[in-house]
Amino acid sequence: MSTVQSQGSDTAVGRGAVRPLAGLYSGNARAVISRGLMATKSSNWLVMLSGFFEPVLFLLSMGIGLGALVGTVTGPDGSPISYAAYIAPALLATSAMNGAVYDSTWNVFFKMNFAKLYQGMLYTSLGPLDVALGEIFLALLRGLLYATGFTAVMGLMGLVTTPWALLMIPVSVVIAFGFASFGMAITSFMKTFQQMDWINFVMLPMFLFSATFYPLSVYPEPIQWLIQAMPLWHGVELLRQLSVGAVGLGMLGHLAYYLVMIVLGLVLTTARLRKLFLR
Amino acid sequence: MKPQLVWGNPLWDSKACTSLVRVSIQTRGSAASPYVISAHNLTKKYGDFTAVDNISFDIPAGESFGLLGPNGAGKSTTMRMIGGVSQRSGGTLSIMGLDPEKYGPEVRSHLGVVPQQDNLDEELKVRDNLIVYGRYFGLPLSYLKPKADELLEFAQLSEKAGAKVDDLSGGMKRRLTIARSLVNDPKILLLDEPTTGLDPQARHILWDRLFRLKEAGTTLVLTTHYMDEAEQLCDRIVVVDKGRIMAEGSPAALIRQYSTREVLEVRFGSERNATVAAELAGIGERTETLPDRVLIYTDDGERALEEVAARGLSPLTSLIRRSSLEDVFLRLTGRSLID
Repeated sequence: MSTVQSQGSDTAVGRGAVRPLAGLYSGNARAVISRGLMATKSSNWLVMLSGFFEPVLFLLSMGIGLGALVGTVTGPDGSPISYAAYIAPALLATSAMNGAVYDSTWNVFFKMNFAKLYQGMLYTSLGPLDVALGEIFLALLRGLLYATGFTAVMGLMGLVTTPWALLMIPVSVVIAFGFASFGMAITSFMKTFQQMDWINFVMLPMFLFSATFYPLSVYPEPIQWLIQAMPLWHGVELLRQLSVGAVGLGMLGHLAYYLVMIVLGLVLTTARLRKLFLR
Repeated sequence: MKPQLVWGNPLWDSKACTSLVRVSIQTRGSAASPYVISAHNLTKKYGDFTAVDNISFDIPAGESFGLLGPNGAGKSTTMRMIGGVSQRSGGTLSIMGLDPEKYGPEVRSHLGVVPQQDNLDEELKVRDNLIVYGRYFGLPLSYLKPKADELLEFAQLSEKAGAKVDDLSGGMKRRLTIARSLVNDPKILLLDEPTTGLDPQARHILWDRLFRLKEAGTTLVLTTHYMDEAEQLCDRIVVVDKGRIMAEGSPAALIRQYSTREVLEVRFGSERNATVAAELAGIGERTETLPDRVLIYTDDGERALEEVAARGLSPLTSLIRRSSLEDVFLRLTGRSLID
């Protein structure tokens, strides 16, 4: 954490003139990040570890178990691949989503409404945007660790056959960024635990039906359109194509989807934080 | 408590570059006015409801200033506006010469805040709570590490440095919250009901710590509904009710103005109090009949009691006490329950 500390001196505490984000941002998100790392170190690293194993267990049971029944399937470039190789990138996309959503929704909801952590932070020089950026960064860091670990497991299982597959790691972070920033914006509207459950209500079907375990072509056309409108499908497609090196211009479209999600989420989050904390 | 603590703002002399920033702001603020906090016609509305209604006050540096009032009087809202975490609906507010709405982070770097409910970071150890909080102000670790130890000693928590926050008692948590609020060497300390829920021992320790801060020149702004606390700690008090200022002055002056020197409390049993009260008319300056007792406000309690006896009335119990802020408070804000 020493890199974090050494920057402490260029604090924004006293920067003079009124900026467009005045009162919202003091350029000190790193303090929120170092707090998160410290908290992780002292209490919740076990929770983090369990998040890593979830997709790995899915890959083992579905890939090896179900894969024995399924045999090979047609990969994104038209050539046959093992069922495990087919679902592994989809599981990676899902774990990027789950990690980011958990961090930016339940975690934030709890800290906001119960631990009153943000209220304490906001009575310091920090602004709401410092807090939001710091928390999103932490969610992404966690996503990066999961993605790296999962890709390593794929390598061990012989599912990585092209150097392109390494790009799955940074792209997973982009996917996580989209979900984290959007998830945080949604959380800022939530008031009760019941409302928070709606998030799970959306995420589970998205996980099951976003061409995760079988191709999109099994659905009738209207359903296909619906799936393609949801964010997870784009992530699954991106990572699945990268995993076999079937790189094409179509990927830019998927990335653009996440870019819009990130920007929209950040704009909405900032507006909501202003409303919530600077009443 | 060893006297090694230097409360004379070590940060001013420290090499931390943050202090340079502070100095410049400080100069800007103090050049304009002798007050560290100036509120004029301060108003806060939530829809149709007016939480703070056109109040004005000035607080000079080093003063210990109390906001007294029943629940919902607008005390906490006022505190939030001072901290720049609530936007006012009208009026002007200046903290160290700066508008907290425009210069939120800068203003808060001068403030220490002790909220009504502890919001310590339960995921961090006791000492880390202080260090991490200091990081939020952008303070360097080289300053924070010795500062944390110094503050733990001040809060009598040195032995608990490595403990979990969850394992602390209510009083310890409160002391840690106060220690945390001091990490940036605030010029102004905002305390929102600092001792609510604490046992008498814990309260007295806290009062002692707060008194030391006051002696060291920290401006204290506190809300409370404990009158003894206000009398102990405050140089000047503003009584607020329904968002408005009802009275202002030192505790002694308020008592002089709104009450008598002494109060005679007599009890005749709950059925008889009301009927006897009529026969007590004329004794003392004023009488007040409560369900369980009759209060006679007078400058000489003994003489009033003799008069009661002279009228042939013999109360079951009688008590002569000095007037307190509580009498002032109840007179100004009424006895009916406010929710």
